[in-house]
Amino acid sequence: MKSRDPLGLRRALADRLLPMLVAAMALLGSLALGGALAAAGLSARWEGGAAAAIMVQVPPGTDAAGAARRLAALPGVAEATAIDRARMGDLLRPWLGNTESLPLPALVELRLMALDGAEDLAARVQATLPGATVESHGIWVARLLALAGALQRAAWAVLALVVLVAGMMIVVATRAGLAARRGTIAILHDMGATDGMIAGRFAARLAWLSGFGAAIGAGAAAPVLMLLGGMAAPLVGAAAAPPWIGLSVMPPAAALIAWATAQLTVRQWLRSLP
Amino acid sequence: MVRLEDITLHYGTGEAPALDAVSCALEAGSFTWLTGASGAGKSSLLKLLHLAARPTAGRLFVLGQAVHAARRRDLPGLRRRIGIVFQDVRLLPHLDVLDNVALPLRIAGRREAQLLADAKEMLDWVGLGHRLHDRPEALSGGEQQRVALARAVVARPALLLADEPTAQLDDDQAHRVIALLRQMHRLGSTVIVASHNIALLGEYPAPVLHLAAGRLVDAHEEP
Repeated sequence: MKSRDPLGLRRALADRLLPMLVAAMALLGSLALGGALAAAGLSARWEGGAAAAIMVQVPPGTDAAGAARRLAALPGVAEATAIDRARMGDLLRPWLGNTESLPLPALVELRLMALDGAEDLAARVQATLPGATVESHGIWVARLLALAGALQRAAWAVLALVVLVAGMMIVVATRAGLAARRGTIAILHDMGATDGMIAGRFAARLAWLSGFGAAIGAGAAAPVLMLLGGMAAPLVGAAAAPPWIGLSVMPPAAALIAWATAQLTVRQWLRSLP
Repeated sequence: MVRLEDITLHYGTGEAPALDAVSCALEAGSFTWLTGASGAGKSSLLKLLHLAARPTAGRLFVLGQAVHAARRRDLPGLRRRIGIVFQDVRLLPHLDVLDNVALPLRIAGRREAQLLADAKEMLDWVGLGHRLHDRPEALSGGEQQRVALARAVVARPALLLADEPTAQLDDDQAHRVIALLRQMHRLGSTVIVASHNIALLGEYPAPVLHLAAGRLVDAHEEP
C-alpha cells in the first residue's frame, strides 16, 4: 500500500517521543554492553596473565626445588618453579642493591590453572608444607576476579532488562498509536486493506523511529565509552576501544525488535475486527 | 449478487437481535432503497453487506461468495469490490481530498500515476475537480459527502452501498448525491441506499426493502 501516510503516523505525539525514549534505552544498553565487555576483558587478562601466579615462601631449611615438586602435585596448580637466588637478586636489586650478603627466603612461584580456587589452595599449601606462607597478592586478584565476573553478569542482566523495557515501550507506543488511529484503521480495513498492509505500515514506521533513536543513543555512548576506556588503560595495559561492533548492531537490532513487536501487536489487535 | 437467508445478527448476548431472520435476494445491476425507522436495522444490514460484521446465524452471499463461511483472509479481496458511503462520511482528516479518493486504489495496489489520474477523474465527476488539495475540513457537508462518494466508486465496485448519504444535506445537495448514485447504477453497479427520506424515495422510484425492529416487514416494487 504505497501512500502518503494514510495512517497519519508521522504526526503523532508518541512517534516523536519514541526515538528519544529508545535513544535513552540504547545509551544505557551501550554502556551496559561496554561494561560487560570491559569486565570480561579485564577478567581474562588477569586470569591468563601474570596475576595468575601465587608466591609461596617455604620454611627456612627446606629445599626449594623439592618443595616445588611437591607443590606441583597439588590440584589446580599448573606449574611450580623454585626461584633461585640469582633471579631473586635480580628482582630485588632495584630496591636493595647487592643482596649477596643478605639472608633471603626460599620462594616457589605457583602458576594456577584458574584463580577460582586460590583461597582453598592456601590451605592445601599449608598442609603440604607446614610453616610455608602464601603471599596474598594472588588471593586478592582472585577476589577481584570474582568481582569482575559479578560485574560482567550484572552488566549482561542490565542489557537484557534494557531490551525488555525497550520492547515493552514499543508495545505501549504501538497500542497508543492504534488507539489514536482506530477510526482510520477501521476505514482502511473496510476498504479491503489486509492485516499485513496495516501492520506493515506501523512496523515500518516504528522500526525506522526505533532504529533512528538507537543510532542517537549508541552514538552518544561512544565518546563516553572511549573516555572510560582511557581511564581503565592503566589497569588493562592499553586503552580499550568502545565495542564498535556492538554499537553498530544496536540500531538495526532496535529496528528489528520494533518491527517484530509492532507486527505482533497490530496483528493481534486487528484480529478483533471481522 | 446479494442473497440473505434467515440472517440474524446479535451484537451481544441478552440483547434483542439487530436483525432477525432476514431473507431477501437482490439481482446484479439493481438499485434498491433500504428504509425503516431509526434503529430498525438498516445500518446493521449494510454492515453485514460490506463485511464489517458477520451474521450470528443464517447464510449470507455477497458477490457470489458465501460470507458466512468465508475465511477471514479471504474477505479483504471481497471488500475491495464493494464501495460504501457512510452517513458521517469518514474521510481521513490528515489527507487531502485527492489522497482520500485515491486510497482504495492504493490499497488495491494500482500504479501511482494511474491511480492519481483515476482519482482526479472521479473528483471531476462529482464536481470537485478544483478542490484536489484541500483538506476535508475545508469542505461543506455536501462536498464532503461527494468526496466520500468519489472514494466509494473510484475502484469501480460491483456493489455500492450508501448509509443515509443525504441525512445531513440540504435538498439540493441530497438530490445531487442521489443523482450520482443513480448514475453509478446506470453504469452497471448494484446499488443499495439506506434512507428514511420518503420524499427522495418518491422522486427516484426503485424496489424498497423495509425493515422494522430488525425484521424485513415489506419488500415491494415502488411504482
